[in-house]
Amino acid sequence: MAEVEETLKRIQNHKGVIGTMVVNAEGIPIRTTLDNSTTVQYAGLLHQLTMKARSTVRDIDPQNDLTFLRIRSKKHEIMVAPDKEYLLIVIQNPCE
Amino acid sequence: MEIVYVYVKKRSEFGKQCNFTDRQAELNIDIPPNPELAELYVERNPVDTGIQCSTSMSEHEANTERIEMETRGVNHVEGGWPKDVNPLELEQTIRFRKKVEKDENYINAITQLGLIMEHCIKQNNAIDIYQEYFDDEDSVEVTEEAPSAKTINVFRDPQEIKRSATHLSWHPDGSKKLAVAYSCLNFQRAPPGMSHDSYIWDLENPNRPEIALKPSSPVITLEYNPKDSHVLLGGCYNGQIACWDTRKGSMVAELSTIEFSHRDPVYGTIWLQSKTGTECFSASTDGQVMWWDIRKLSEPTEVVIMDITKKEQLDNALGAISLEFEATLPTKFMVGTEQGVVISCNRKAKTSAEKIVCTFSGHHGPVYALQRNPFYPKNFLTVGDWTARIWSEDSRESSIMWTKYHMAYLTDGAWSPVRPAVFFTTKMDGTLDIWDFVFKQCDPALSLKVCDEALFCLRVQDNGCFVACGSQLGTTTLLEVSSGLCTLQRNEKNIASSIFERETRREKILEARHREMRLKEKGKSDGKEEELREEETAVDLEELVGKAEEEFFDIILSELKKKEAEALRKSKLQQPSLKPEDEAEGEEEMEADDLVEREDQAEEEGGSEETPA
Repeated sequence: MAEVEETLKRIQNHKGVIGTMVVNAEGIPIRTTLDNSTTVQYAGLLHQLTMKARSTVRDIDPQNDLTFLRIRSKKHEIMVAPDKEYLLIVIQNPCE
Repeated sequence: MEIVYVYVKKRSEFGKQCNFTDRQAELNIDIPPNPELAELYVERNPVDTGIQCSTSMSEHEANTERIEMETRGVNHVEGGWPKDVNPLELEQTIRFRKKVEKDENYINAITQLGLIMEHCIKQNNAIDIYQEYFDDEDSVEVTEEAPSAKTINVFRDPQEIKRSATHLSWHPDGSKKLAVAYSCLNFQRAPPGMSHDSYIWDLENPNRPEIALKPSSPVITLEYNPKDSHVLLGGCYNGQIACWDTRKGSMVAELSTIEFSHRDPVYGTIWLQSKTGTECFSASTDGQVMWWDIRKLSEPTEVVIMDITKKEQLDNALGAISLEFEATLPTKFMVGTEQGVVISCNRKAKTSAEKIVCTFSGHHGPVYALQRNPFYPKNFLTVGDWTARIWSEDSRESSIMWTKYHMAYLTDGAWSPVRPAVFFTTKMDGTLDIWDFVFKQCDPALSLKVCDEALFCLRVQDNGCFVACGSQLGTTTLLEVSSGLCTLQRNEKNIASSIFERETRREKILEARHREMRLKEKGKSDGKEEELREEETAVDLEELVGKAEEEFFDIILSELKKKEAEALRKSKLQQPSLKPEDEAEGEEEMEADDLVEREDQAEEEGGSEETPA
């Protein structure tokens, strides 16, 4: 339990990190550092996108699996680390 | 009872299968052709029949229904919570979350994911993958592509009875909306039941106009206020000025009183640069230019009559059909008239007569469009009759550059706000021409047929990329121009200014020569007669010579009669003046002079110049 706290706090304190959140398989945000409405939006949208990305990877090669998803946009980078049941989402502003 | 026939069949033969056998062909009937029937018909020789050895196909067209699209948004709501947890109850959600966090799977998963995530975060922080390495080298943008334009959207008049789109105005902030004025300009031929409405269209939605503006009389020109994007100014067909506030609705917010308005349709309305942002001025074919303040539209603040003889007579006034105002030169404005004359005026002159500074004549018909070049305000573009002309304020006798005479009447023109050498024109046959005189001077750089009916108006958006043009049936087409025509080319400003200067100088030289010739003529009116006789025999243009002879003799006779007054007038004629009696005489002399000049020039084929007097 303490390790989880420590890990999440460490991630949040890295340079450029805007927000961190943990979402479960149903799309419910378990832990988040952003406000509720933004979290809900991110959770819903990224969950679907991760599922789509994973199925794409597996379609191409069934023995492959998605390990990480990075979406770079003009304003920041959204990083999604998927697991069987949970999703760890971090929004970072990369150094310019 | 008599037995007629007895059918006998053995019992063993019942149920036997049928045996079919062949039989020879028998001729039952033979009908020979009857030659008498042939008399009823006429033989046809030769006969044309088409034969083809391919599959027969048919062509069919089908037009699908226009798709009507609407923009909708989706509202995301939280979901996924198990049945027993109410997402709105804070306690329940917290409890659920705590429960999940205690799960062992959760702890392991997060630890694992955390490691990967940290790796990527550190990666991001270490190197910027989009760093520009060769920033200082200028990218050479040589656009080799041919100029092109494509239609983005078409806005059709939703009314049953179609009216022409007579004026367009872009929304001042961001140009996401377009105001289009609809009216029927044919004198008294507006069909009964024609709607007076004009519309504001949102570029995203071509199916339905966003706002309708409802005046009492159709609006001919419509302009957004550049300072306040909710206010619009419209000039009506019956001469009134109307003002709308889109926040207040579709009905007219302010309307000028009919007694003090124009007597003819208002063809030009422009907002002025003022601190209050409420001043505007309008021009109409009744010969008046009026200044208004929209807070008090009951009467105009100032009226100027377009009488170029400076006598302020409304009867002599020229009808104004286009108006020009440039914010960088706030005291000057120009008016294009129905008679083909462009009048340049100064608003701040002391007396009303001095308001009219000078005139430029050169068009054979009404000057439909008038605009100063946004980069070089001394040069302006006029569009009228079958040509488009570029003028310089310094050269008053004629335009410095002009296009050839086209097959169709030109209806509107505008400069590109981005490139000083590019301008757009529309024609009555529905074509939009884009001219780039740095690239080609005798033909448009791009000529596009936008629609089959005549195009009446044109407006370029501030970024120079989008052009909207309105047609006779009320269809407004939005086009996007290729990037080559809307990005400033290297050195273009210098080239354009040097072209303008060169042409202005050329016109000035020609002007000076003409003036010298005229003065020479007036001085040597007697001696010239003998010279003419000698030249007559050398030149082939007999008709021209005969005409020149007649006219010249007439003038000589009349001048001989007034020889004493001549001497006095000669000294007065040295200064340019607009006295009507001198003008008439001057015209006659000029005509004869032109013909004489032509003969002179025909003589001197060698190219040796005449020594000036």
